[in-house]
Amino acid sequence: MGELRLMKGNEVIAEAAIRCGCDGYFGYPITPQSEIMETLMDREPWNETGMVVLQAESEIASIHMVHGAAGSGKKVMTSSSSPGISLMAEGISYIAGAELPCLIVNVQRGGPGLGTIQPSQADYFQSTKGGGHGDYRLIVLAPSSVQEMNDFVETGFKLAFKYRNPAMILTDGVIGQMMEKVVLADYIPRVTDEEIDRRHGSWVTNGRKPNRGRNIITSLEMDSLKMEHNNIRLQDKYAKMEEEDVLFEEVQCEDAEYLLVAFGSSARICQKAVDQCREKGIKVGLLRPITLFPFPKKPIAALAKRVKGMLVVEMNAGQMVEDVQLAAGCNIPVKHFGRMGGIIPSPAEVVEALEQKLIGG
Amino acid sequence: MAKVIGAVVVDNEECKGCGLCVVACPQDALSQNKQVNGRGYHYSFMKNPQACIGCSNCATVCPDSCIVVYRVKINEVRTEPVLVS
Amino acid sequence: MNLADIINPNNLVYEKPKLLTENTMHYCPGCSHGVVHKLLAEVILDLDIQEKTIGVSPVGCAVFAYNYIEIDWQEAAHGRAPAVATGIARCNPDKVVFTYQGDGDLASIGAAEILHACNRGENIVVIFVNNGIYGMTGGQMAPTTLIGQVTATTPNGRDAGRNGYPLKITELIAQLPGTSYVTRQSVHTPASIRKCKKAISKAFQAAIDKKGTSFVEVVSTCNMNWKLSPVKANEWMVDNMFPFYQPGDLKDSTKTDPASYTPLKN
Repeated sequence: MGELRLMKGNEVIAEAAIRCGCDGYFGYPITPQSEIMETLMDREPWNETGMVVLQAESEIASIHMVHGAAGSGKKVMTSSSSPGISLMAEGISYIAGAELPCLIVNVQRGGPGLGTIQPSQADYFQSTKGGGHGDYRLIVLAPSSVQEMNDFVETGFKLAFKYRNPAMILTDGVIGQMMEKVVLADYIPRVTDEEIDRRHGSWVTNGRKPNRGRNIITSLEMDSLKMEHNNIRLQDKYAKMEEEDVLFEEVQCEDAEYLLVAFGSSARICQKAVDQCREKGIKVGLLRPITLFPFPKKPIAALAKRVKGMLVVEMNAGQMVEDVQLAAGCNIPVKHFGRMGGIIPSPAEVVEALEQKLIGG
Repeated sequence: MAKVIGAVVVDNEECKGCGLCVVACPQDALSQNKQVNGRGYHYSFMKNPQACIGCSNCATVCPDSCIVVYRVKINEVRTEPVLVS
Repeated sequence: MNLADIINPNNLVYEKPKLLTENTMHYCPGCSHGVVHKLLAEVILDLDIQEKTIGVSPVGCAVFAYNYIEIDWQEAAHGRAPAVATGIARCNPDKVVFTYQGDGDLASIGAAEILHACNRGENIVVIFVNNGIYGMTGGQMAPTTLIGQVTATTPNGRDAGRNGYPLKITELIAQLPGTSYVTRQSVHTPASIRKCKKAISKAFQAAIDKKGTSFVEVVSTCNMNWKLSPVKANEWMVDNMFPFYQPGDLKDSTKTDPASYTPLKN
């Protein structure tokens, strides 16, 4: 049984990274996620597990350090917050194009521009539909508790290596800064170089070996037919993710007449709103997408046949609502309720929005 | 007295006819062919094979590594007086 | 002795380095890149490090460098090769990692990455091919373009008032305590090529010995975009580039200990 602690979400990301046998972290300070690197530097994992921790000169450098180390088959990660993730967009596209595994943590803050250091969920589009250039996808995990901040580090790495694709933990300043009890994972030893050669010898660039030819990692291909083939391979991979690795949670959906759909910290607020609705006699359920890509289309489509309407609650101007509308179809109303600029909606506001936009309407 | 003689072999199809080897040759042994290769380049050749000393300068400056160099040291044959009894 | 007797494997004195692949290089006729690639292939084989060396290729003409040397390669985004190399080297400290970058890649878009990698003393080798112009994109002004030099974006010559000054980034890098060996070489004559090979070999030896960052600038030509023949381009380089980018070692502390600082009082 794991160790029980009271910790901040950001600190837990750092602790989970050390414990899951992460080989390297490269990052740059930005509020509200700086505790991740601070915790790592304080823990000095290079003495304990041999994990490398490096403060880079920018987010741009951080992601390209991850690019390099990931190419050598290592289990590496970075973290940042919204403006920093924008700077990393180029590198993320390269990593996706070169098909390398890595973990990126985005502790979102409000934008656009320098915006605010208060929490937000306005990077949904950026995370699930690109951010960088080209037809690529990230595996996006949205934790809604400090416990999931711990759990999704290893889940993210597992999926990243399963698909040789960057994975992102998309969280926000609420969960990053919040303290909660957490059961920490047990230590997993770092993967040895011999094991990397055995598992990933077909693609890693860690020095040519007598038993294999040289490996080249690149996203470049000048032959259009080959480049299209590369794109088709990527799309097949993303389709496989949608088949095999969709994660979601349903709360009181069995008898629900109305459905709230929310991820991350919004989902916590919605959970309370569900309780308040039921106290009022309104049968409301909550569907919480855990993987934002691959998106839980099927469960939403199934619920769309049973409920009278859906309210998508997000701390943004309406982003995930587009995916919910696509999954739900046109037979029921799918509305959005959001707050922006770092404002966290209250459960009462959610109940009021549900009554106004769906029940009263 | 040892004498050094050399020879170079240019890969005609790999040569891009840049002419750097011609300038690098201290013996004026190389030149660019009036003919072109399959890619349209005036490839290098030994216009004066007897002059080559196998110094490798041409191959050293060749950006396309398309020159192979051979060198032989030969002892000049001296005619010793033969004593006839 | 006839030619057939001379052309005999026993008499072989120079051939294409074994570590170069069979691929025909995409570079223009007379391009300096081919010579620098050849020297790298020779040095890596001479030092017998082909199974522990990872090359990081740039964006620019050398973007396809990975096609030509039989080692593991990673392709970096424009200017980010030092960051990619940092990631590989930090997580694989027993490997030899080098970047191969042009002047646009290293001194313009990647100026931050190269300065900070060198300042951290990353244990990597940097091969910096400086021909004072953007080659791949068609001859635009580079940070290293000389005053008065005509390029596609300075059709009347680089003007300091409009375009700023040519950047001696190697001089800046030599100031950084993280670097152990900083040198400027060229590959325009057999003698300079042999000297450049020694410099590259020394740089790789410094990486093997974990001496910090080694930096080899190769002042080069881009005859196509300079609009000169390869031979004339070499002459232009000697006459115009060398007075500003003077060949020679800028720093050599491979024999001494890395820089040390007095600790803070409290």
